[in-house]
Amino acid sequence: MRRLLQWIFGRIPIGWLQLTHKRGRFMAALAGVAFANVLVFVQLGIMNSMSTATLRPYEFFRADIMISASDANAMTEGGNVARQWMLQAFADPDITDGLGLFVGKAAWDRGERDITFTTFGIDPGRPEFLAPIITSEIGLLQVHDVAVVDRLARGLSPEEAAAIRPHTPLSFETQGRTLTALGTFAGGGGFGGDGYMLVSDQTFLSLFATRSSSAPDHILLHVRPGVDVADVVQRLRGLISDTTVRIRSYADAAQEELRYQQTQRPTGVIFGFGVLIGVLVGLVIVYQVLSADVADHMREYATFKAMGYGPQFFFGIVVEEALVLGILGFVPGLAFGTAILTFMAKVTTLPLAMTSSMAVMVFLGTVVFSIVSGAIATRRLTAADPADLF
Amino acid sequence: MAVQDGDMVVKARGLNHWFGEGEARKQALFDINLSLPRGSLTVLMGPSGSGKTTLLTLLGCLRTVQDGSVLLAGTELFDASEAKLTKLRQRLGFIFQSHNLHESLTALQNVMMGVQVHNGVPDDLAKRAGARALDLVGLSDRLHYLPGNLSGGQKQRVAVARALVGNPEMVLADEPTAALDKDSAADVVDLLKRLGAARNTTTLLVTHDNRILDRADSILTLEDGRIVSVSGG
Ligand SMILES: Nc1ncnc2c1ncn2[C@@H]1O[C@H](COP(=O)(O)OP(=O)(O)O)[C@@H](O)[C@H]1O
Ligand SMILES: [Mg+2]
Repeated sequence: MRRLLQWIFGRIPIGWLQLTHKRGRFMAALAGVAFANVLVFVQLGIMNSMSTATLRPYEFFRADIMISASDANAMTEGGNVARQWMLQAFADPDITDGLGLFVGKAAWDRGERDITFTTFGIDPGRPEFLAPIITSEIGLLQVHDVAVVDRLARGLSPEEAAAIRPHTPLSFETQGRTLTALGTFAGGGGFGGDGYMLVSDQTFLSLFATRSSSAPDHILLHVRPGVDVADVVQRLRGLISDTTVRIRSYADAAQEELRYQQTQRPTGVIFGFGVLIGVLVGLVIVYQVLSADVADHMREYATFKAMGYGPQFFFGIVVEEALVLGILGFVPGLAFGTAILTFMAKVTTLPLAMTSSMAVMVFLGTVVFSIVSGAIATRRLTAADPADLF
Repeated sequence: MAVQDGDMVVKARGLNHWFGEGEARKQALFDINLSLPRGSLTVLMGPSGSGKTTLLTLLGCLRTVQDGSVLLAGTELFDASEAKLTKLRQRLGFIFQSHNLHESLTALQNVMMGVQVHNGVPDDLAKRAGARALDLVGLSDRLHYLPGNLSGGQKQRVAVARALVGNPEMVLADEPTAALDKDSAADVVDLLKRLGAARNTTTLLVTHDNRILDRADSILTLEDGRIVSVSGG
């Protein structure tokens, strides 16, 4: 590290030397930076897990356009839409295919702890509307009262999930009926339910007696390959001028739901604040560490200034210290942050994980803000006469 | 010997200085006029609070000139830009009463800082110059000591080495021996005398030490912010 800094700055690595001169204080400073990193990592992890969880169900299906009820802010929220709109949409020559998607919540009564499945009902004869991770299992749904369940669902043990095969089925009670799970897919617990379950539209309608086959929750549409989806969406909005439905590209629908979850729902807003507060507290810690260090060495810097060292020199020391603290604080921060997120993921089965973009962002943020803090702290040094600093 | 104007390293004319603002504003220096010829040793004396440090820091670019003129190596300090002052400081050497050395740098590294202020000096060159300067002050066996492991006298000798290592045009020393015992003080004064003479360095020294008075080219005495006597020279 010393040699590297000497090489980078082409001078005696004063920042490194003065940081490491007082072991105890250096360790405390590193712990402070590491703690700031952990704080931001955990908050970002929670925030990220929410977007991962929100976008998750969109990954189960393949569609270009989605027609939903106007109050459907989320895939699992809002009223239903009349199937007739699908027929109407077919009037557009670029619409090639359509599917009604049913969504409901079904609780598997497990005694001490239920598993709430967000349940999708689809026509099992239409694998082209399903993502590859599910298509292989869809054939199983042809049989009535059969389900494909989420092997990552919260409350379902991995052993239990692994045992679910067509020749070793698992039967369970839900919505007053007995379903037989013949296969599994990788979904994952989210903030709104414990996991996902797929059934045929016929099974869905018998689970949810009040629902009707003529009114699914969403209509998924495919457009002709190579056609601009946005254009088709525009045309459909003209074609179906009903204010009770919203017509969006499938990708937009996912992004709009994400925005909704993050800015309108209390949990999303709280997580957003968590990140904000984590970042603010992290900034305060980093600022504290850097400005205290500059204040500690003010007299020595004043001597350097008296010797003819200019502002770039002092800025260089600050950059050097920011790099040292940023790098050496980041390593334990990353380790602890990853450990905490992994532990939290295990306990909550939420998709909490360290991502490389988080790591890069936090590292750069730490170094950049350390530099800014140090630069602010050296402003007094730059402005004052050396004689006034002794 | 008549000294020509161009041989003056420092020339101050009508220099006044104040501290504080408003009601608390207090004049510390009154109409100071002085010239320090190249290679001269000037001792500045006077009671505590008479303005010695204020004058020294003004002449050495460490304090902003408020009123009057100071010509340092031909450059006017009044209204000079910060960049210009920084450049000028590189041509001076300072020794203070304390707070001289950086506590986390070794003796050698501290002295090297006096060389490396001149941009582009390679590391090994600075190292050799630093070691030589420390040898001159009798500390060749203390190169890698941190200031915390040196005595007060040794620290001031490191400061002398650092002040001289860059071959400055002028050395300014403000009571460099005030915190030292008799023997260490004598060492430091001897060094300043000997090394300054050998290099023909202009030296301005605030001290009460009598041993240096016989070598001084002139002795200025300050009282209440005014030069009350000039002797020698
Ligand atoms: N930074 C300062 N702020 C206010 N007054 C000062 C400051 N430095 C010196 N003075 C005042 O200026 C006068 C001269 O001080 P100084 O130059 O330090 O004297 P000396 O070095 O001869 O002891 C004193 O009255 C002192 O109180
Ligand atoms: Mg003084």
